[in-house]
Amino acid sequence: MADKTFRLRIIAPDRIFFEDDVTFVEFRTMEGDIGVYPGHISLTSVIEPGIAKIHMPSGEIKEAALLNGFSEVLADRVTILAEAVEWPEEIDVSRAKEAQIRAERRIRDEDGDIDRAELALKRSLVRQRLAR
Amino acid sequence: MASMRDIKRRQISVTSTQQITKAMKLVATVKLQKAKARAERNKPYFNTLYKTICSILTKTEYMEHPYLVANGSNRKAMIVITSNKGLAGGYNSNVVKEVTGTGFPVRDVDIYAVGRKGAETLARKGYPIIEDDSEAINEPLYKDAIDISKRVLESYSRGEVGEIYMAYTNFKNTVSQEARLLKLLPLNIEELPKEDENDSMVMMNYEPEADDALDILVPKYISNLLYGAFVEALASENGARMQAMDSATTNADNMIADLSLKYNRARQASITQELTEIIAGSEAIS
Repeated sequence: MADKTFRLRIIAPDRIFFEDDVTFVEFRTMEGDIGVYPGHISLTSVIEPGIAKIHMPSGEIKEAALLNGFSEVLADRVTILAEAVEWPEEIDVSRAKEAQIRAERRIRDEDGDIDRAELALKRSLVRQRLAR
Repeated sequence: MASMRDIKRRQISVTSTQQITKAMKLVATVKLQKAKARAERNKPYFNTLYKTICSILTKTEYMEHPYLVANGSNRKAMIVITSNKGLAGGYNSNVVKEVTGTGFPVRDVDIYAVGRKGAETLARKGYPIIEDDSEAINEPLYKDAIDISKRVLESYSRGEVGEIYMAYTNFKNTVSQEARLLKLLPLNIEELPKEDENDSMVMMNYEPEADDALDILVPKYISNLLYGAFVEALASENGARMQAMDSATTNADNMIADLSLKYNRARQASITQELTEIIAGSEAIS
């Protein structure tokens, strides 16, 4: 199967983040983690903060923090629309750490929108995990 | 005829004004290039999002979704995107005209102003300004678009407004911009373009279910539309300013030519007069 590839495009609002032929990609959706090989059944799903793993035909695995957006999977191509997506070297760890503390505080004090604080917490954890 | 000194003074003043308009034109040109590049970068994201929304809508059986049917409120929310600075020809007044031209009663429209010029003009006309996010248009950030669309959508789902519109300037090309009024919600299925045969053959699965997916995708769609409008408006603003300043510079050129002609005439007249006086004087003596 290693020679079979499909087109992966990850598009952010202000740039095309990634576009190339890949053999396999995994990422996290609202229904759980999914992995996509070529010939996948068509599927549109909403993305949860997580680490996307992109398997290149050369065997190299690229990782990116995929924080928000949705994906459209077709048999021969996958399009991920991401409002926030970052390579490990683009992540600002101290900022993520700060966001984590802020979000934890908000959850503890039950101050304001808890769902939003939880999402912010998830995002900051993903960023820190990947940057390490 | 004006004195030589008056003409000279006016000539100097026009020349310095021309220097300013010339500089402003150059600045606008550079900013336009930047804004154009930015608008280009947003296109792929927007097109894909738009296509996905269309395909979900054409395939869903559920037409009862709150984003698709009007909620009965008479009030409208209107996001008005203008500029913070003037001297851009008819740029701002054209957008304001789109708003006033709708014929909605002034009191029934909630204005979410982005851009000081539009906010000021509409406030003078008596429109209630709910929000002023003018800072956003100086340097459009995706975050601003998300925040504004979130607040507008909240007001929609609380039933305070029944329709959401957006007035902005569409950037066609460097010399032509067009003010436009766009209805954001409720979405009108008939207005969405039909998909080509090829794509609609695919049976799409949704995770979560289609109508839950709409809940999540529509706000993203709105905020992206808004962001797209920000960058287009910014490009249009600078395009309009570039043109306005270009014609101002040309006008100044004409004025300077006209003034220097007048100045030369006045100079010639004064020399002739002096000569006549000297000759007359010398004749009287001899």
